[in-house]
Order: sequence, then structure tokens, then C-alpha cells
Amino acid sequence: MLRSGQPLTGPNRKRCREDEALLATVLDEGERGFVIDTRSAQAANQARMTGGGTEPKSSYPRWRRLHRPLERGRPLQESFAKLVEACNDASLGMDRWLSRLESCRWLSHVQAALSTACLAAQEEASVLVHGAEGTDTTLLVTALAQVILDPSCRTLEGFQGLLEREWIEAGHPFHLRCARSAYSHARLKQEAPLFLLFLDCVWQLSRQFPFSLEFGEQLLLTLFDNAYASAYGTFLCNSERERRVRENTHSLWAWLSQPGEKKKYLNPLYTRNALVIWPSVEPQSLQLWQGLFFRWIRSARYLDEAWAEIQRLVEGD
Amino acid sequence: VENVRLLDRLSSRKAALGTLYLTATHVIFVENGSETRKETWVLHSQISSIEKQATTATGCPLLIRCKNFQVIQLVIPQERDCHDVYISLIRLTRPVKYEELYCFSFNPKLDKEEREQGWKLVDLKEEYNRMGIPNNHWQISDVNRDYGVCDSYPTEVYVPKSATAHIIVGSSKFRSRRRFPALSYYCKDNNASICRSSQPLSGFSARCLEDEQMLQAIRKANPESDFIYVVDTRPKLNAMANRAAGKGYENEDNYSNIKFQFIGIENIHVMRNSLQKMLEVCELKSPSMSDFLWGLENSGWLKHIKAIMDAGIFIAKAVAEEGVSVLVHCSDGWDRTAQVCSVASLLLDPYYRTMKGFMVLIEKDWVSFGHKFNHRYGNLDGDPKEISPVMDQFIECVWQLMQQFPCAFEFNERFLIHIQHHIYSCQFGNFLCNSQKERRELKIQERTYSLWAHLWKNRADYLNPLYRSAHSQTQGTLSPQMAPCNFLYKFWSGMYNRFEKGLHPRQSVTDYLMAVKEETQQLEEELEVLGERLANLQKSQLNDNKVKSKQQDRSRQLGLSMSNNSLANTPQEYSSDLKSFPSRSPSQGDEEDSALILTQDNLKSSDPDLSANSDQESGVEDLSCRSSSAGGCLPSEDSGKDSDEAVFLAV
Repeated sequence: MLRSGQPLTGPNRKRCREDEALLATVLDEGERGFVIDTRSAQAANQARMTGGGTEPKSSYPRWRRLHRPLERGRPLQESFAKLVEACNDASLGMDRWLSRLESCRWLSHVQAALSTACLAAQEEASVLVHGAEGTDTTLLVTALAQVILDPSCRTLEGFQGLLEREWIEAGHPFHLRCARSAYSHARLKQEAPLFLLFLDCVWQLSRQFPFSLEFGEQLLLTLFDNAYASAYGTFLCNSERERRVRENTHSLWAWLSQPGEKKKYLNPLYTRNALVIWPSVEPQSLQLWQGLFFRWIRSARYLDEAWAEIQRLVEGD
Repeated sequence: VENVRLLDRLSSRKAALGTLYLTATHVIFVENGSETRKETWVLHSQISSIEKQATTATGCPLLIRCKNFQVIQLVIPQERDCHDVYISLIRLTRPVKYEELYCFSFNPKLDKEEREQGWKLVDLKEEYNRMGIPNNHWQISDVNRDYGVCDSYPTEVYVPKSATAHIIVGSSKFRSRRRFPALSYYCKDNNASICRSSQPLSGFSARCLEDEQMLQAIRKANPESDFIYVVDTRPKLNAMANRAAGKGYENEDNYSNIKFQFIGIENIHVMRNSLQKMLEVCELKSPSMSDFLWGLENSGWLKHIKAIMDAGIFIAKAVAEEGVSVLVHCSDGWDRTAQVCSVASLLLDPYYRTMKGFMVLIEKDWVSFGHKFNHRYGNLDGDPKEISPVMDQFIECVWQLMQQFPCAFEFNERFLIHIQHHIYSCQFGNFLCNSQKERRELKIQERTYSLWAHLWKNRADYLNPLYRSAHSQTQGTLSPQMAPCNFLYKFWSGMYNRFEKGLHPRQSVTDYLMAVKEETQQLEEELEVLGERLANLQKSQLNDNKVKSKQQDRSRQLGLSMSNNSLANTPQEYSSDLKSFPSRSPSQGDEEDSALILTQDNLKSSDPDLSANSDQESGVEDLSCRSSSAGGCLPSEDSGKDSDEAVFLAV
């Protein structure tokens, strides 16, 4: 699986031999590859006007292009803000709750993200994933696909490694994307909850495969918190270059891996599952992440007690 | 009929070829293929509708919809055969006499005494004793001993001490169907009670002295409180409309010291339509999130569930927190009243959250108080307007509570699903007819078997591993969050998409935890044994005995749960619109599947279909609630006919 930014084809259909050669070396003799473009065909074509574009069939004959539009940017942030608003709306009756939930579209985004990741993972061929910049929906897809495919990404350590590689080092601009979160009225242009969407998808996987992830919901919540506001330097800045703070801050991972802390984040049901975990993306199988969206609204007491009980059973107290 | 195809609902590419059989009691589809003799059994009583669809080039399609939400799509090659099957099924699924029902021919090979013992498992008199009755305030009355006062009530009713036979009879004449106020639940800690009845025949201005005295008697039975709540579970408009027909509700001016309350739960027709609409959503092929959420909201189903729950919560609060007695009624006092009283009891009393207690609760508020099982669930062919998913809704309320309180119930989701299954199956005699009177006339207990005994025998399958009787969550009253709490109500795919294996992951947390629990117990026992032996050895110089180790079975059993992880988890079609994607075959290894079959034999189960089902909730509630679909093969059937173990291979 490869990821990149969009090819700078532009309105004059520029070619780049080096780029074509690079992609050609990826494929074996007679092999075909797939390009998963996370923009709609229309958006991808329009991008040519501003210097971007898609891989033309003639220049990349062995690559088949597929468009799987995933929401990003302002619309995704709106979706998030609307959802949080709906969750906090005490006046909402049961007769209107579901349609309100639907109008936020958040769950549709979860469904689309998981679907696309599965598609990328499903191919028994090489896959190149890109959107426009390669820093948002691209990373969502490649990171999710790895959780689905690779059991080592489902361990605590492996997951941390995945985040380092596919989000932090890959240059997801955390500083811009995770500025104010959902309550702020300031609709910042660059703000978008891609990372949260990723965490939500991982949570859906953990629900459908309760034995297969070494970590639990608490880790995902902690990562969410730290992406927006953190005492640690891990999610600071927008890129590796900016992130020279590494010398001046502490790492979140170091803190999380301390034995006392680590225990909180482990899933007591975890058993290494060597196989691929294919989620169901039917609406009945996806749920609103209560632990996040209702975190401050509903008591987690009874659910926490249940987890404590599971821990007790598994550890043979 | 041979060469019939059974289509997979989600993936039209997957069709099984086999032979269709019709017996006096079942429809059976046996798949061709030497190794995997997969059989799908469906009881006629479970069939709710049969649809003959337009003949196509491939054959004549027949769609069978079941009351337990199984949907079977068959394709029969010859139109004439299809028509014959259709006509036969129409007749077979519309029995006119009770004797045609399966329970009269079902034979679990128990002797007469075992059958009797089975019926004695749940004893209501014992239950009222447990509540603390009879006592100073409440007594048992035999005024209805020959069903002379109310033919839909039981022969033994519990009434306030100060309610004389005269008062009871008088009150019964002023109540719809003669269903006078009688005790459902008594709280001995504070003397508050829940009574139930039907609507008064008050019209616009009628009064009845005895009925007013009856309510006073209920109030007096709770000396600490100077009023009672009267809860009418109907929407206000409906209740008012009833007045024009000479019925209605209690006027606070006429009945001293009552506080009257409407809690609008819709009627059986609205509920029937609601379920219908929800099932239509379930039948959509790969709906978008949008279609699904809109469809679900349109059906109103969860709104109704919440309404029933809210009513139960109100009553439980009145009893537990205010110490005030409540009289509940709807129109006839056998649908919404039953739902609401049993939900309230469940919240109030931890006993009803045990397996035995739950059976007792159903016997009390549903069976003895004359819920019309025959009419509501169509044992016999009858008026379609009487059909309504009343008990289904109650069972769902219990499930919703389990999601919020995972440690509070001794039983698990599978227990609820099996009970729902048997409401419709007519395999046992508990849920037949419309009243105790009818059941006694038919001598049900002498001629059929009790479901409770059957479930009790298999109770190991129905346990919730997170339940501990001494746990804080299992004690006392449950207080669900009232608001905001819309989001707490989830779509129960384990029930309504029960048979769609593609929808549910195969990892059963409940089964795994039960296995862990069992292993821990066995290890502890072994530890004890070893401890004793050590003590003995230290006393004398005997040779070491080999400790018989059950290690083998345990690890195999655990191995089963583990290998569930590696179960063939087939990717669904993520790109139905992009056909030229190379199709992916389930790559998860046939070896694992066959290993699974072998080890599965170790796990005995009342339900041969062990395909672990819905993983429902937030990363936590998953735990307590696992369902397993009965894949058409009934729990009590000869387990050789178990259908779904072979599914793992067939996939």
C-alpha cells in the first residue's frame, strides 16, 4: 500500500516520467495496481484547474483508478459540531433524535471511511491512496487499512507505531486540524476532525472484534484529548520539520507505557488474532461512540463496573 | 420438492441447492452436499407470512417471513410445485384447532412425573409469599374461584385486606372486561404496591361506590401514604374518546385521594404497524446510514420502547422513592398494563433479574393475568387486527436495560431471544390460549410441556458471566437515566437481524467469559483437592496419585473461544457498485473452520446454532449480551439436526 499527494497534472496534462517510473517499479511483471482517490471524480478533475489532477490512464496504463469520495475539511468539521450540538440538546425528543443524528452525517462518514479502508485492504494487488494533499483522508484510509490487515498494528505498541508513522511522521497537520474542537464558534478554515474520525473507526472495530485489539476505549479517548490539548509534545505542530520540539517536550508514548499507566489502556479480552478483521459496514453494525460523544452527559459508572468485572474474571481474582 | 434454492439475503450470489420438505409441523430445507448436511428447520407456527413472487427465468420465488424475524427466500423451479407449496403452507400456518399445534405432538421424552415437575417449577403462591403476602394489609381472595367474577383473571387474586367480596364484585362490574384492581407487586420495605386493572366504565359521569371503595382499600393498605397514583398508560386523547363509549378514566373528584396521571403509550394497532415498518427497514438490501436512521425513526419503534420504559420508571420511582402505591390500567388491562407493571417490577426487585425470578415475573404479570397470547401471537388463525408485538416490546425493554446495566441481570441476551422465539413457537404450553381458564379447560399442563423446565435445564447457556449476586449493580432498585437519554436506546440487531450472520461478528464475549469463569472454578476446585492431598501426603507417606486433570477439556473449550477469533470472517461486499474488483474469497483458512467443528462438540448447548451473534454495544455492553441464533433448529430438537455448526464450513 502506498500513499502520496495528488499528481500535479494541471490543466495542460503535464507528465512526469520519474513519477510514472516510480509507480511502474512498484508493480511486478503483468501485475496491475489500483489508485484509490479519496475525492469524487468531479472534484479530482476540477483540481486540474488549480494545478492538481489525477493519473491519466495513458501515462499510467497498469493502474486502475477508483474514486471513493471521503468528506474532509469544513464539511467534516460542521458534521462534528452539529453532532456535538445534537448530543447536548436536552430538548430533543425520541421522535426526532434519529433524524437529527442522521442530519449530522457523522455516522455516514464513519461508514464511508471504514468501507474505503476495507476496499484498500481487500485488494490482492498494490494500492496507491491519495486525495489532494495526502495529509488527511489519505492517512485515514491507509492507517485504518493497516489496523484491519495487520495484527501487529493492533497491539498497544504496534498501534502507537502506526500513529507515529501514518499520522505524525506522515505530516497530518495536527496543529491546524485540532485547534478548537466542536464547541468553538470560530469556524477555522483548516480545522477538521480527521483524526477523531480515525479513532471512531478504530472504536467501531473494537466493538465488532472485542478480542482483537490489545487496547481499549480509554486509549482512544486519551488520544482524542491529547490531539487537541496536551501536556506532551507528541501531537504538536504540523510536520516533522516543525516538530523540533521533540527535544524540549515529553513524549505521550513514554508516559502511556509506564506499567502503572499502561494497565488502564489494555483490553482484558485481548488475544492475538493473526487474521484480518473485516468489519461489517451495514448501518446496524455501526454505532454512535457513546463513550466519546456522551462522555460528560451520561454516567459511565455501570459500564465501568462491567469492565472491572471482566478484568476480575479474566485475571482470576 | 427437489432442486430448490435457498438464497442468502445479503449476498444474492450465494445460494444453496437442496430439497424442500413439508411436514405436519415444520418446513425443512436440506442442503445438498455430502459432508455438510445443513438443515434449516422452521416451525409452521413461526411463519407469519408467505409471499409468492413473480416467476423469473431461474424459477418461482417464495418468500417466507417468520415471527422470530427470520426471512427465508426460496426459489422453486416449477411454478406448479411452488403453487402447491404455497397453498399447503397457507393452510398449515393457519391452524383452526389447538390440537393442531406442535406442543401436542412434541415429545422431549420425559416421563409423566418429570412433566408435572416441570410445570411446578414456577409457583405463584410461593412468589406472593416471598413478597410477604398474605399479611396485615393484603390477602388472597378466592372470589374468582370459578372464574365467576372475571374470566380472564386467575382463580387466586390478591387484594387489600379491607376489600370484601362485595366490594370486589361491585368494582368488577364497573371495569372493562370485569378486570378489577388486583395486586401485581408488593414492596414489603414500605408497604407500597402496584395494582392493576382495566379502565373504569365511567363514561362522562357514571360512578360506582364499590369501585371507589376498592381504590380506597388499596390506599389504606399503605398506611404511611395518604394518596395513590392512578396511572392510565394510554394517550389522553384515546382515553377521552373512550368516554363516549361509556368507558374512560378515573375522575379525581370522585375518587378520594388519588393523583391521576396519563402516560401516553400507543395502542396495539400502532405497535403492529411500527414493527412492520421497522422490519421493512431491516429488509432493505445494504441501506445507507441515512436510509436506515430515517427508516428507524419513521417506524417510531424506539420511541414506543422508551415510552414503555418511562412508564415503568415512573411507577418504580413512585413505589421506591415516594413510597406511594400505584394503580395502573390501560383499556383492557392486559397489554400496556402488563408491560408497564413488569418493567416496574424488574426495576424495583432484584429477584426478577435472576433467571428464575424472570420466569416468575412472566408467569405473574402475563400468564396469570390473562394476556391474550393466542390473539396477540396468532397461535390459531384469527383476526389479524389482534396481532401485536406486545411481549416482544417488553422483552426488548429488558434488553435495553441490560445494555445500561450489564452486571445487573443473571441471564443473558440469548435467554431473552429464546423466550421470544417460544412465544410464537407453540412448542410448549405456557403461552397458549387467552387466559388461565382456557388453558385449564384444554388441560394444557397434562398434555404439553413447560418451557420454563426446558430453559432451566439448559440454564448454563443463559447465564450472564458479569452477574454476581453480591455486586452493587445487582442490589436494590435500578434507576435508569431519564434524560437526556435518547441515545441510550439502541437498535437490537441481535433480535431483528438475528439470522443475518454477515451482520454480526463471531466473537462471543459472553461465551468466552463463561468459559473463563468455568475454568477458574474448576482450577479452584482442583486447587482445593490438591491442597487436601498435600495435607494428606504430609501426614502419611503414600505415593503420588495422578490428579485427574480436566485440563484437556478446559483448554479445548477455551481453545474454542479463542479460535472463534479466527473464525471465517468473510469481508462483506464493500464495493457492490464496482463489479470489476477482483472478488475476494474467504481467505481465513478452511483448517480453522474444521477445527472449530471438532471442538464445538465439546460445548453442549441447548441451541445447536452457536454462531455468535450480535456484538451490540459500546465497547462495554458487548460483554453481557450475546445472542445466538437458532437458525431454524429449535433448542429442544434432536441436536443431530442442528443446522448452523455446518454453516462455518459452508461459508
